[in-house]
Amino acid sequence: MSLHANAFDRYHAADSRIHRLDPRVKVLVTALYILSNALLPDGAWLAFGAAWLVVLVANDLSSLGLWYTLRRSFLALPFALAAVSALFSPLGEPLAAFRFLWMDLAVTDFGILRFVSILVRSWLSVQMAILLVATTPFPDIIHALEHLRVPRILTTIIAFLYRYLFVLVDEVMRLLRAREARSAGLPGHRRGGSLFWRAQVAGSMAGQLFIRSYERSDRIYNAMLSRGYTGHIRTLNPHVMKPTDWRMLAFALAALVLIQLVGWIR
Amino acid sequence: MHYSPAYLHIPDGFLNLVISLIFWALTAVSVGFAISKTNKSLGEKQVPLMGVMAAFIFAAQMLNFPVAGGTSGHFLGGALAAIVLGPWAGILVMTAVIAVQALLFQDGGLLVMGANIFNMGILTAMIGFGLYRTVLTANKGVRVGVAGVAAWLSTVASALLTALQLWLSGTSRLEIVMPAMLGVHVLIGLGEAIITVAALAFIEQTRPDLLNAEKSAGQGGRGWIFAGVAVSLLAVLLSPLASADPDGLERVAEDFGFLEKGLSAPYNIIPDYTVPFLGETALSTIVAGVIGALVVLGLMILVGRSLRKSS
Repeated sequence: MSLHANAFDRYHAADSRIHRLDPRVKVLVTALYILSNALLPDGAWLAFGAAWLVVLVANDLSSLGLWYTLRRSFLALPFALAAVSALFSPLGEPLAAFRFLWMDLAVTDFGILRFVSILVRSWLSVQMAILLVATTPFPDIIHALEHLRVPRILTTIIAFLYRYLFVLVDEVMRLLRAREARSAGLPGHRRGGSLFWRAQVAGSMAGQLFIRSYERSDRIYNAMLSRGYTGHIRTLNPHVMKPTDWRMLAFALAALVLIQLVGWIR
Repeated sequence: MHYSPAYLHIPDGFLNLVISLIFWALTAVSVGFAISKTNKSLGEKQVPLMGVMAAFIFAAQMLNFPVAGGTSGHFLGGALAAIVLGPWAGILVMTAVIAVQALLFQDGGLLVMGANIFNMGILTAMIGFGLYRTVLTANKGVRVGVAGVAAWLSTVASALLTALQLWLSGTSRLEIVMPAMLGVHVLIGLGEAIITVAALAFIEQTRPDLLNAEKSAGQGGRGWIFAGVAVSLLAVLLSPLASADPDGLERVAEDFGFLEKGLSAPYNIIPDYTVPFLGETALSTIVAGVIGALVVLGLMILVGRSLRKSS
């Protein structure tokens, strides 16, 4: 069960307007889009609808299919649990009251408005982030972050993290396989020791993994030095903003401003 | 093998703008300090090391162990990273891990990434390294034991802060989210503690040179002890209060005028979280958020300056 690079890669190679767009534009627009969602007031349904339209248009332009991000957008759903308690906001008119364990709870109209708004904001934001990684190779995103003035030491760490993630995950797979191979059991009998013991084994594996990673990083550094590493990474991809990139950026910004206007003027 | 999201990664949309910006400012300053510290004290060699260590934390989070009924214990690794690599490098490593989780896997949002990094990288480094630093010269058993307690506490403190952020953002009711988050993470923290202890014991056996007392002392000054102990005390005092008597905490907040509207939290300086003469528009909200973030940023820089002078 060896893992290969594509298991962690969210990039879908294609040739589309969005794919060809400069990664800086894509990163910036994604961030601003999420900011714009956070700015919209609760219950600005028209603006939320317009924001979803932006996602759909971007999906369509990316040639990944109109519903591409929709299908992958339910990842943050478990966290929705945290917002459920917003339903019982004390501020609005109570609609339905009931008793849960020791608490008296009442669903209010304000609470429902708040709950649905939070979910919609989160759901829209996650879709744009999904589209970003689906249309941009991860090294390009790192490069864009560098251009956007994220400190170089951080982008370099992230680049290394991405490069060696696959290697170390393979290492984890070997460790897990080794544990599996030594965990024989008879049908009808419990496998393995107590919970404490199992956690301890996992801890030893973490320690083992740490030492393997640490020693590997030593070898990597020596190998890099021998090839002329001086502390920063060079790339063959210059990333120059083309007129189309500027146009798309302006178009996206105008759309976001429009969404804000729709959301706040009533 | 698939990647499973953990509960502490807040997605976009669940924190309001002011809370998000304030924690972005706090995180930006802390990470800025971490960068200048590591740039000064460590050579270019540390960069590949920290990158591979970040990949290690990422991979180690997959080492789950079966608990019961299909659920499994998870490993966060913030405390372990700070103890083995030093607090500054630990913060950078956790920042990279959380950034990649958010960017690549949408596990945790972008606008709320500042809060996520603070909860899971900076807070855990303070508690993890701070408490460990107090017993640097003690024998192995004590050190590993304290590291375990620190790992448990850092998980609980992360959950506590996450619950507070959700409450201040008007996303969750305190009396529901606080006991839920704390209850779950008091247990998850036990797994974290056992894994951290076992991992440290293993490293101590095979590569004791990596946990050398002098080396650790050089990685972070005495200030970390104060930070660690203070934050730990705060978490220990606040957790029982917040879970047993959330109404009490809410009342305190009300007395201070935090909960005027129940939603928009601590910004009475800027009424209703808008700037007066700009009216109640999006622009006004942005300006208010930026002002809040700048104030926090300024305070942090002042604190940092005075810390640097004294050390």
